Amino acid sequence: MSNVQHLNPREISSGSADPADGRNPITAFDADVIESVRVNRSAAERRTATLPGRRTVKKQWQAAWLVRAIQCIDLTTLAGDDTPGRVRRLCAKARHPVRQETLEAMGIGDIGLTTGAVCVYHAMVETAVDALRGTNIPVAAVSTGFPAGLSPLNLRLKEIEASVAAGAMEIDIVIDRSHALTGNWRAVYDEMKAFREACGPAHVKAIIGAGDLGTLTNVGKAAMVCMMAGADFIKTSTGKEATNATLPNSLVMTRVIRQWHEMTGQKVGFKPAGGIATAKDAMNYEFIMKEELGDEWLQPHLFRLGASSLLTDIERQLDHFVTGRYSSNHRHPMA
Amino acid sequence: MSSVAQILKTMEYGPAPESDSAAQAWLDKHGRSFGLFINGEWTKGGGKPFDSISPSSGKKLATLAEATPADVDAAVKAARAAQGTWAKKGGQGRARYLYALARLVQKHARLFAVLETLDNGKAIRETRDIDVPLVARHFYHHAGWAQLLDTEFPDHVPVGVAGQVIPWNFPLLMLAWKIAPALAAGNTVVLKPAEDTSLTALLFAEICQEAKLPKGVVNIVTGAGETGRAIVEHDGIDKIAFTGSTDVGRAIRLATAGTGKKLTLELGGKSPFVVFEDADLDAAVEGAVDAIWFNQGQVCCAGSRLLVQESVSDRFIAKLKARMENLRVGDPLDKVTDIGAIVSPAQRQQIADKVAQGVADGAVLHQPQSYSNGAACPEGCFYPPTLLTNVEPASVLAQEEIFGPVMVAMTFRTPAEAIALSNNTCYGLAASVWSEDINVALDLAPKIKAGVVWVNCTNQFDASAGFGGYRESGFGREGGREGMFEYLKPKAPKAAPAAAVAASAVEPQLSESDAIDRTAKLFVGGKQARPDGGYSRAILSPSGELVGQVGEGNRKDIRIAVEAAQKAESWSATTGHARAQILYYCAENLSARSGEFAARLRAMTGASKAAAAKEVDASIRRLFTYAAWADKYDGAVHNPPLRGVVLAMNEPMGVIGIAAPDEAPLLAFTSLWAPAVAMGNRVVVVPSERHALAATDFYQVLETSDMPAGVINIVTGGREELSKTLSEHRGVEAMWYFGPNGKTVEAAAADDLKRTWIGEPRDWLDGSSEGREFLRRATQVKNVWIPYGA
Repeated sequence: MSNVQHLNPREISSGSADPADGRNPITAFDADVIESVRVNRSAAERRTATLPGRRTVKKQWQAAWLVRAIQCIDLTTLAGDDTPGRVRRLCAKARHPVRQETLEAMGIGDIGLTTGAVCVYHAMVETAVDALRGTNIPVAAVSTGFPAGLSPLNLRLKEIEASVAAGAMEIDIVIDRSHALTGNWRAVYDEMKAFREACGPAHVKAIIGAGDLGTLTNVGKAAMVCMMAGADFIKTSTGKEATNATLPNSLVMTRVIRQWHEMTGQKVGFKPAGGIATAKDAMNYEFIMKEELGDEWLQPHLFRLGASSLLTDIERQLDHFVTGRYSSNHRHPMA
Repeated sequence: MSSVAQILKTMEYGPAPESDSAAQAWLDKHGRSFGLFINGEWTKGGGKPFDSISPSSGKKLATLAEATPADVDAAVKAARAAQGTWAKKGGQGRARYLYALARLVQKHARLFAVLETLDNGKAIRETRDIDVPLVARHFYHHAGWAQLLDTEFPDHVPVGVAGQVIPWNFPLLMLAWKIAPALAAGNTVVLKPAEDTSLTALLFAEICQEAKLPKGVVNIVTGAGETGRAIVEHDGIDKIAFTGSTDVGRAIRLATAGTGKKLTLELGGKSPFVVFEDADLDAAVEGAVDAIWFNQGQVCCAGSRLLVQESVSDRFIAKLKARMENLRVGDPLDKVTDIGAIVSPAQRQQIADKVAQGVADGAVLHQPQSYSNGAACPEGCFYPPTLLTNVEPASVLAQEEIFGPVMVAMTFRTPAEAIALSNNTCYGLAASVWSEDINVALDLAPKIKAGVVWVNCTNQFDASAGFGGYRESGFGREGGREGMFEYLKPKAPKAAPAAAVAASAVEPQLSESDAIDRTAKLFVGGKQARPDGGYSRAILSPSGELVGQVGEGNRKDIRIAVEAAQKAESWSATTGHARAQILYYCAENLSARSGEFAARLRAMTGASKAAAAKEVDASIRRLFTYAAWADKYDGAVHNPPLRGVVLAMNEPMGVIGIAAPDEAPLLAFTSLWAPAVAMGNRVVVVPSERHALAATDFYQVLETSDMPAGVINIVTGGREELSKTLSEHRGVEAMWYFGPNGKTVEAAAADDLKRTWIGEPRDWLDGSSEGREFLRRATQVKNVWIPYGA
């Protein structure tokens, strides 16, 4: 990971955020910190290949870890055929992600279990906000010319502003991968900083498009530059790249988050997204969070799982935990 | 019991026990009492039965039989009786059995894993994911070597009966490393598992029965040191393979000296774990976990000496300490345990004592403040992950093997200093180098004295890559092509024709050196030097006439010669092409003076004119042969299952002592130093005692051939005394001895576990007296693991 430590909290510029809000502020661009990122791919893969063999949870521990995964899900629909009806159905699922009887059987019928957020395109923000009224579930909007991020910068900024105005509390931006691939980290920084400023009070998740970046070193650098420019979360993927969240790219990003925390004291969240479809997958990401970052990063304010079909698989596992019988998809309300 | 709601607050992992019921049932099936496996049958054993204890619970698992010398004898006889038939099955015939064993290991994989964890205390994660899969892989791989034996190892035959003594840290894996190559090569074995951890070997004996392995091919005898001694000292055993402590290895070298037993020793280590400032530090931290907290640190090649570049030392140590907090020590059958039990209370006490001593000497102790499972290191046979800083190379902790989960940390400034510190040890088993700069990593790999170098990884093992040490970490390799040679021997070389050994009837006389005569001096550091003692030795013709005189070298002359050889270190780094040029030049200059050399041979040995000319000519050809080989004895690229390469590099030993025989005084002399020098070694040669002028005449050839000073040093005189001094010399890495007192040489070499070659009389004119066998003796294989990935 980064082998240079230039920054300290005193050097942090004020940015647009209120320093008292606990958010990761915008800090000065530091090319040395970015350039010193080192990632050994084989070692990263070895770590993630062995981690599922080193850590496991069984019985009620597994149930609890799966419930926690639900609490961290950004329940997502990002399809061309999304309609208000579809989004309302998704929001209903976000409010009641698991059958009440199952929750009661686990003794958590009263915790008000919901997903971490609902994640939609800008056009669906208002519908989602409306459908989630009365809950604490935030609406996240993918923004800035998602998924390629190649529309004109001024339009991308306008898009953020429009989504925030429509009630989105979280904005998932995408970086322009061409800047990353050409080593123009300054440009990535400048755009990210502008996005952060445009978000105002809304939290910003920076999608680095890990699958487009070519190397894990670029993944680490992109994650670092986004944190420098004030990202609240860093996120692996749009879900639209050829490869999306993987354990190795997540390992690299969590380690960069740890590095950033060591350097600045700031806590940045992590969101793997794309291709996380099974309860087992979700737990592996949770293991990475606990092992590399610690228990605090297993909370929805620092950990989200971008997923759509994952929830059903988790429900089936919870059903099995409660009944001892393997479940079937049709027993669980669809999103 | 925690509720889901409570767990949601703590996000603990909770228990995840692996059931031991199948293993317990297996023990019960045997009445928790086991005999010896000899000649395909279970026998009682004549010794005093002993208990096998599970270190994690302290509970007795079973009663084991102790094999007495008589039991060992029965096992050796069974192995001997079976060996001929086993060898005659041929490679293909044996391959089928090895394949069957591999399949059966997989079939019983979980039982092996759980039983190993119960018996040894190591975490189930490791037995399940590492030990047992590597065991199966070892048998598959060696089924392949059996299949290919005839084509890949022509002119080789099995050694015979192998006695194998293995340690407790990887009981089943070490069994596989011993048995698979032995059987593939056509040997039969008598194996003794460690007394603390015999159970998986006994289960293995059962699968040998299941595989219908012919009786007597594998014999398993349980017992402690005395049983091991009975194996080591048994006359009917042709080869001893031992993995264990350096002290016991040394004792085995002594016990087998002069017996003609082939020997491989895989001993202790204090392996460096080198972290450069440009490394992926988080990856290196995880590497350190795998280096020293794998298998409770009870790993001969454990990266126990952390050498970290001073510029990143504080940060790296901070990261490492943070990582230690997440390690989970406890029930080895729990799937979420990282560090299980130490093998025995005695071993745990040794670790604790060494750490306490280190702390008393000023080391600073770091152990986790808390554990992620909320519990402290459990009571009983457990020891927490430990890091010691403020340790210097002079500290005992930096030199002695601890064999526990204890890493000592030191710093370095430059690559050169990293190499110096890495090599500042009597051991040389393994090393791990962490740098993202390919130039740095690949520069260090050949310069660290170790049999295995892992670049940006650690504790990687595979059947296709040889494993074994330099220096006092032992000799021989296990795995790969290089490992197969340890269980094979060349078909008997063509015996020496009787006439070639032209022994003089008259004893040479010592005489006072005459300052103005033509007495040959010694050749040391590229110069002719007077012998320290001031005596010379008469070289006589067969009829007793004085042919000439040579210097009578002594202990001190050997010391000076070895110093000169050590100084000529740059020869080892010289290109093969350049070494070839000098050997060709030697051949050319010898050729120019062939008449003179032939006449001298005739005068000393009484050989016919034709025979003498033939010997000179053969010597010239031999120089051509090794000039040819100098840039062609290539290593190999092994293909273990990883994205990367493992480079098997043939490295020179360093300084080789050579005591040449009397027969064929010019040709044998040439046939020995030339391969050594061609491979980059520097040599101190004691030439034929009786016919030393053949070598002293060669000084001028060396001088006119641009041979760099110190590469070849020649000390004439009494072979036995000089050989003993060379064998004892701790700056000499290998000793080749052609003479009658091999026992003295091997015993003297035990102290620093020097590689020895006790040569038999052979026909030096024959083609079998040159080539790969000699080159193999002149080199040791280093395996460099280089995983890669953009």
